[in-house]
Amino acid sequence: NKIMFGIADPGIYFAYLMVFLCILFAAFYGIRYWNKGNDEDEESVKSDLKD
Amino acid sequence: MNTFILGLIVLVYLLTLTFLGIKGYRQTKSASDYLLAGRQIHPFVMAVSYGATFVSSAAIIGFGGVAANFGMGVIWLTFLNMFVGVVVAFIFFGRKTRKMGHRLDAHTFPEFLGKHYGSKSIQIFAGAVIFIAMPLYAAVVLKGGAVFIEEIFEIDYNIALLIFTLIIAAYVIGGGLKGVMYTDALQGTIMFASMIFLLLWTYKTIGMGFGEANRHLTEMAYMVPDKLQSIGHRGWTAMPEFGSSWWYTLVTSLILGVGIGVLAQPQLVVRFMTVKSNKELNRAVFIGCLFIMITTGIIYTVGALTNIYYMQTEGAIAVSVINDLDKIIPNYINAAMPAWFSAVFMLTILSASMSTLSSQFHAMGSSIGRDVIVSVSHKVNSTAIIRGGVALSIVVSYIVCYTLSMGVIARGTAIFFGICAATFLPAYFCSLYWKRTTRQAAFWSMVSGFGAGLFALIFMHRAEASVLGIAKALLGRDVLIEKMPWPVLDPMIMALPVSVIVIVVVTLSTSKKNISK
Repeated sequence: NKIMFGIADPGIYFAYLMVFLCILFAAFYGIRYWNKGNDEDEESVKSDLKD
Repeated sequence: MNTFILGLIVLVYLLTLTFLGIKGYRQTKSASDYLLAGRQIHPFVMAVSYGATFVSSAAIIGFGGVAANFGMGVIWLTFLNMFVGVVVAFIFFGRKTRKMGHRLDAHTFPEFLGKHYGSKSIQIFAGAVIFIAMPLYAAVVLKGGAVFIEEIFEIDYNIALLIFTLIIAAYVIGGGLKGVMYTDALQGTIMFASMIFLLLWTYKTIGMGFGEANRHLTEMAYMVPDKLQSIGHRGWTAMPEFGSSWWYTLVTSLILGVGIGVLAQPQLVVRFMTVKSNKELNRAVFIGCLFIMITTGIIYTVGALTNIYYMQTEGAIAVSVINDLDKIIPNYINAAMPAWFSAVFMLTILSASMSTLSSQFHAMGSSIGRDVIVSVSHKVNSTAIIRGGVALSIVVSYIVCYTLSMGVIARGTAIFFGICAATFLPAYFCSLYWKRTTRQAAFWSMVSGFGAGLFALIFMHRAEASVLGIAKALLGRDVLIEKMPWPVLDPMIMALPVSVIVIVVVTLSTSKKNISK
């Protein structure tokens, strides 16, 4: 029954695949938003804008 | 291992910790510095500190042993730790928490909840829960570290425990969160580097690559002992049989319990408030993900691969050679790795313990110091009271190590994660995403989550209920419901829905004038 990379169970194979996809997403997110998120950003100002 | 080299490595390590502790102490001028590192922490330090706090020695030694025994199913925990513990936590919880924490001028997690909902009761209750429940989690790590020092240096356990506690106490009490996070960054870097070496050397030692090693492990499935097969074990590269008792334990306790429980850990939530802007959090996402992937992903993979190594060298699987799961990884390191790496790995385990413990002590101390004592007595906030709180929490954790049985302490991590998630997660989530939530709803959700969590621990979940013995004394049996899957269902899975239902129902049935800030 073994499938890719010698792993017997799709349940384990998908776990490794999800780990890989997660680190890819984190890398893309990091690149995309590397310089975004300053409190001075327009978006932040909008967001900031009574027992 | 050469005693002189071992002593030299430890001496350099302790001197570096001393330097970082003093650096933290000198930069700590105010309560904000002591509690939130002045909100000026570098994203690398923040991400590695978050990861090093999250990954304790129990995750490396304990879960590595679990992977050796049960296989690669725990890789799902690595995925959840990365996805929920970093991606979801940083992007969907962290950014809003940082912004709101800054706006509310909150310095601790209980203070964040209390100020958001405009309720001192919430702040005091949350602080008390942390101070009551966290010493159990700290005792797990403290005891594990002391036992490890006892074995490596061959010194008396009591002396090992005392020295270990005093070293951490010095830089936590003195350096505050700056001291904690600087030392975390050093300790996390040691953990990261040694894990990469461990993986590469393991594949070199067994003489196979990733795919070939997995194929070999798959073909060893017939060697799973009958006792493990009976609870659902189907081989080291397969998930347990669906619905078996091991499947429930793996999925509800180890994967969901720890994977979701991380979102409401007070010592981790406070990290979001230590950075200057959301830009730092955006930059920390990849660093945090990479750290968790390397530290946990590698040890779980290597844990399973130890079966190939012991098959090649001893002709038997890991658990047949070493019966105690907690000793499989240390034994494997000593047997399969170069002598110098044994010393480095010893530092890795110490680093994992110390980085988790220092944050636990800091979180407990700030909870009792700022959230309970300062809130109740209305005294002017000062770092002296919080430092006293940290010292008190260290003493309490130290006493817990001696007073509780090993059986209870062994369940300490799962108990704390479950209690935190059931008590805090709905109120924390709603503070960020549901403006309609009322303060009564948040308070009663926390109380009911805490109560339901305790009930599940005492009467429902066999792992804790049988050790505590209260159900046995009152009912004459270990658990209230013996029909599967109740005895193996994690307490968080039972208690979290209770606190979620309470926060929704009470919010919808209470006046809008009590809406949170």
